[in-house]
Amino acid sequence: MRTQFIGMISLVRKETSRVLRIWVQTLIPPGITMSLYFIIFGTLIGKRIGEMEGYPYMEYIAPGLVMMSVITNSYGNVVGSFFNAKIQGHIEELLVSPLSEVFIVIGYLAGGIIRGLAVGTVVTFIALFFTQINIKYPLMTFFVVIMTAGVFSLAGLINAIFAKKFDDIAVIPSFVLAPLTYLGGVFYTVSLLPEFWQTISRLNPILYMINSMRYSVIGISDVSIQNALMMIVFFFIILFLIAVILLRKGIGIRQ
Amino acid sequence: MQNAFGMHALSIKNLSKKYKSGVEALKSVSFDVQQGDFFALLGPNGAGKTTAIGIITSLVNKSSGSIEVFGHDMDKELAEAKSCIGVVPQEVNLNLFDFNFNILVNQAGFYGIPRSEGKKRAEQYLKKMQLWEKRKTDARSLSGGMKRRLMVARALVNRPKLLLLDEPTAGVDIETRRMMWDFLRDLNNKGTTIILTTHYLEEAEQLCNKVAIIDEGKIIENDSMQNVLKKLKTEVFILNTEKPLDEAPNIKGYLASLRSPQEIEITVSQEQGVNDAFSSLQESGVKVLSMRNKNSRLEELFLDLTKGQLGDDS
Ligand SMILES: Nc1ncnc2c1ncn2[C@@H]1O[C@H](COP(=O)(O)OP(=O)(O)OP(=O)(O)O)[C@@H](O)[C@H]1O
Ligand SMILES: [Mg+2]
Repeated sequence: MRTQFIGMISLVRKETSRVLRIWVQTLIPPGITMSLYFIIFGTLIGKRIGEMEGYPYMEYIAPGLVMMSVITNSYGNVVGSFFNAKIQGHIEELLVSPLSEVFIVIGYLAGGIIRGLAVGTVVTFIALFFTQINIKYPLMTFFVVIMTAGVFSLAGLINAIFAKKFDDIAVIPSFVLAPLTYLGGVFYTVSLLPEFWQTISRLNPILYMINSMRYSVIGISDVSIQNALMMIVFFFIILFLIAVILLRKGIGIRQ
Repeated sequence: MQNAFGMHALSIKNLSKKYKSGVEALKSVSFDVQQGDFFALLGPNGAGKTTAIGIITSLVNKSSGSIEVFGHDMDKELAEAKSCIGVVPQEVNLNLFDFNFNILVNQAGFYGIPRSEGKKRAEQYLKKMQLWEKRKTDARSLSGGMKRRLMVARALVNRPKLLLLDEPTAGVDIETRRMMWDFLRDLNNKGTTIILTTHYLEEAEQLCNKVAIIDEGKIIENDSMQNVLKKLKTEVFILNTEKPLDEAPNIKGYLASLRSPQEIEITVSQEQGVNDAFSSLQESGVKVLSMRNKNSRLEELFLDLTKGQLGDDS
């Protein structure tokens, strides 16, 4: 057990130091992208939109934008790191070691969560230049950010496990993740949508994450907050188990 | 797993591997490696050496069979088995963007070795492999031979009882090869069991006390180096006689047997030559009409395995 723990800490350390070592690649780009969102949607267009659900538009979208960067970055971190290890072959360093699959998953998960948190913090500070943020339930914010980062780290890991070529790790972020995030209520409340599209929207898991975040910050949500939190925890557990099982079976990594 | 010679470092039983492509890389392979052995797995391209190493290090899933590493069944005590092993792969599998020092410390960590101890070992083995000056560069900027040495250092950080080397001297210069050979001999003398794969009989001869020859997924020879060399350096001839014989004639100094009433099989070592055999046969009144070489796969292989001389870096 002690052996496993030391092994896991080594992996966590390796994965997090990677995030910090290449901070120009990991922390700056999301900062720039989000600044642009704030300038365009908040300052330029936001003024014309006025209020959303009784909040200035900027304040309404800020939690969602933070969440959006957390999602893309934790996913991107793990999918990139694991796929690289696979392509260069150094995933074998882990596979030949006695470190068990559960701890390998935790190691990559930690890397993704820390990247998510770091980016989330950077984006939050940027947001402060444009609007005020008074976090209503800070503990819940913390929980939601970590769990969401976790869910998408695990999803990234699973993507990387199956991926055989670079295209395979680009497809999901652009064809699944991006649309679901944009349609997940970052920029609007789903109550603006026709009945049919509201129902469709409720099938989108990201909607629940963004609304949990918004609820924890400004106290409003399109969906029941209990359901939303349960949903996040549920996804986390399921994806964690899937990742462990895939690694144990050696899918995509052992012939 | 105790026997008269001590514990088996490795015991492989009926190991088979069929890749998804349909290639049967291993066909019911069995062999044991004794603790303290320096064991050569010798065979031509595509024989199944890397596949075998891959299965022992759990990088490749086996199709059937069983493996024990120092008495730990890999199906039941995988972590214990893995802890005993260090491996140097045939293909470079280094993280090209991390510092060489970190690569070693992390690898030690994955084996459960605390960081402080891992750093000491990283220093020790980088120095041994003459890479200490390169500790703060990344693996990308190492030459091919240096990468290989780095992989050897990495394989040693957990102080494995069983070291597996898949063609450790492929593509390194003569000086490095000598250095590596000396190092491996020393390591083996200090008690590490070593298995190495190679295409070259010469390399196996220089280093190993035991050898298994593998070909097309089958072990075709498995013995002490001495015995295998003896077998490899003999030839079997088939002599057709004029008259049928009842039993094999006694040919002094040669091993002879009857294949059929008119065919004698004799084993001839390289130094011996066939002249004496003919004189002896003549004396006993046996008239030989013709003679042919009994081609065995082992002999063909021997030609292959000795063809590429190590010195010319082929
Ligand atoms: N991943 C794989 N998928 C399908 N077939 C494979 C795979 N790896 C190896 N093989 C096949 O299995 C057989 C044995 O290959 P292996 O790499 O074990 O040989 P080897 O003895 O190590 O050869 P070499 O001396 O060239 O390294 C070959 O026919 C090879 O084509
Ligand atoms: Mg090979």
